[in-house]
Amino acid sequence: MATQLTAYIEGIGILGPGITNWHSASTILSGELPYHSTKTVIPAPELLPAAERRRASDIVKLTLAISLEAISGAGLEAESLPSVFSFSNGDGLNCHTICEMLASDDRQISPTRFHNSVHNAAAGYWSIATGAMATSSVLCAFDASFGAGLLDALTQVVVDKTRCILMASDTPYPEPMFHNRPIPDNFGIALVLAPEASQKAIAQIKISISHDDANKFDDTALEALRLAIPAARGLPLLQAIAQQKNSRVVLDYLGSTRLAIEVSPC
Amino acid sequence: MKPLLLSHYTATSCIGRGLQQTLDALRQARLALKPCDFETVDLPTYIGEVEGLDDVVMAAGMADYNCRNNRLAQLGLEQDGFAEAVNVAVEKYGRDRIGVFMGTSTSGILETEQAFRERDPVTGALPAGLFYSKKQNTYSVADFTRQYFKLTGPAVAVSSACSSSAKVFSVARRMIEAGLIDAAVVGGVDTLCLTTLYGFTSLGLLSTQACRPYDTERDGISIGEAAAFALLERPTSNVDAHAIMLLGIGESSDAYHMSSPHPEGLGARMAMQQALQTAGLNPSDIDYINLHGTATLSNDAAEAKGVGAVFGHNTPCSSTKGATGHTLGAAGAVEAVICALALQNSFIPGGINTHEADPLLQLNYQLQNRDQVLTHVMSNSFGFGGTNCSLIFGLAQNLKQDKESS
Repeated sequence: MATQLTAYIEGIGILGPGITNWHSASTILSGELPYHSTKTVIPAPELLPAAERRRASDIVKLTLAISLEAISGAGLEAESLPSVFSFSNGDGLNCHTICEMLASDDRQISPTRFHNSVHNAAAGYWSIATGAMATSSVLCAFDASFGAGLLDALTQVVVDKTRCILMASDTPYPEPMFHNRPIPDNFGIALVLAPEASQKAIAQIKISISHDDANKFDDTALEALRLAIPAARGLPLLQAIAQQKNSRVVLDYLGSTRLAIEVSPC
Repeated sequence: MKPLLLSHYTATSCIGRGLQQTLDALRQARLALKPCDFETVDLPTYIGEVEGLDDVVMAAGMADYNCRNNRLAQLGLEQDGFAEAVNVAVEKYGRDRIGVFMGTSTSGILETEQAFRERDPVTGALPAGLFYSKKQNTYSVADFTRQYFKLTGPAVAVSSACSSSAKVFSVARRMIEAGLIDAAVVGGVDTLCLTTLYGFTSLGLLSTQACRPYDTERDGISIGEAAAFALLERPTSNVDAHAIMLLGIGESSDAYHMSSPHPEGLGARMAMQQALQTAGLNPSDIDYINLHGTATLSNDAAEAKGVGAVFGHNTPCSSTKGATGHTLGAAGAVEAVICALALQNSFIPGGINTHEADPLLQLNYQLQNRDQVLTHVMSNSFGFGGTNCSLIFGLAQNLKQDKESS
């Protein structure tokens, strides 16, 4: 039998087009309210010191917003929480601007642009904002980034027997890179995962590698969202949690290598 | 942690292709950094370039991945019989039971930088043929490696700036211990590009000379490029006495500043202490530290404070970035391989290019190569965003002794 990794979800944060938080997402995913896509609104990053707040780009603010919702939902402090960040792109606008400047006659990019260009920029800002000094894993697996992040977070929970927060978020590139990588809007999911059941637990998940077909949404708008933004490949898991019944979902990961998840409400 | 076997490993950088050339260059203290003549870059700095990368022909079926970073990846994994060793592991474990975890900071951004010069003057469109997913995307080099070996197990790119390819060992360790895989191809590949050369210039962190880590006159980094790989497996009971084992891993975040280390080296200290703890070792058990040692004023000062707080001032240490340059996302894997060479060949590599170790840093900095039997060595890798990783390696024979004596 395939290796199965078990964890408990204690907090969920989510932000995306037409989705403002976990409460709004769960009413949509459980079928209570219809889904309408409207441009993602990212709140200001109050937790960041003023200097960092000025420099923070969308991916930083988005990641911070989803993580704070998940952490407060779990009733935790971030300080000692190991973290996994998974971004399919990083900061698309910043990358575009740097490439444009490097193609011009004046290649003097600013220090802030340069340090914002690293894939782990949002992880750096996040640790400054939260004071978290524990390890952070900063990952990319292109379209498989949600699954890759979830799997890495699960190994932390299971092997190191620790709580861990997963943050998977994506932001768009402007043209002309948008043409090659057409991510339409900002979207992110954060999950606080724990090794043991507790009063805080929302759901138990058991993950294994599978070659079964991935779950799709019947709703065409939700299915379009799932396919358009890599972090949204995690939405079927959130739907299973929102429906509050035992179920099994399969998430897209790397080609025919997928993640099967048994979900039970706590 | 449960020790892991580095059953095979290899490194390619400006000091050589593969282990023998790398070892010879270190033994001979060969200088390989040169004045920057890369692409259209006009900056008064030195670089560590791998010669001949434009001549690398991509393996059959891998043409879409053709970019400088993946050419270096392929050149690197075809040294020292590494690719053959992975293929043997595939036979042993199966394609779905081997993970691929690769560190990189800039992946194939160079091709996108160049494509921006070729934009259509009217529409602004990029030229056709730029495969975003297989070149520019951060995952590209992990995807390339996975497809090169036709693997179907878990894979991911770790991209936390200059700690990236140290932290891949940690991802692999968890995956193996969790039972998801039986072996892992880990490594780091980073290549020269305009973003890092001009970016580090903007921060005033590029040296105008060949970099001089820990020197009183250090003035910044020299950017290099490299590919380094290791095959990680669970050790068997009959493991060779001279085999290299990964014994400890420590990771932390500074939570301090985006591009400056914590001035007291607090995050670095936490990473080193955690590595010792996971290895079940004391500071006095470490015979040599391969420092992060980038040669910037603040990095070396912060690291030295961290090392001093954990180890005192006597543990022999050096930075090999005077030889290889700072290979950024590949540095962790390159320096893991250098640690393996030091252990297997019983020598401490001197920090070349450093003329006078800065007395203010108060470390036992090794300026010359020294022959010495080594039991345990540590490698430090720290990066932008305050990300820190320390690894501890040792010979398998010492592991057996440790177990017998405990």
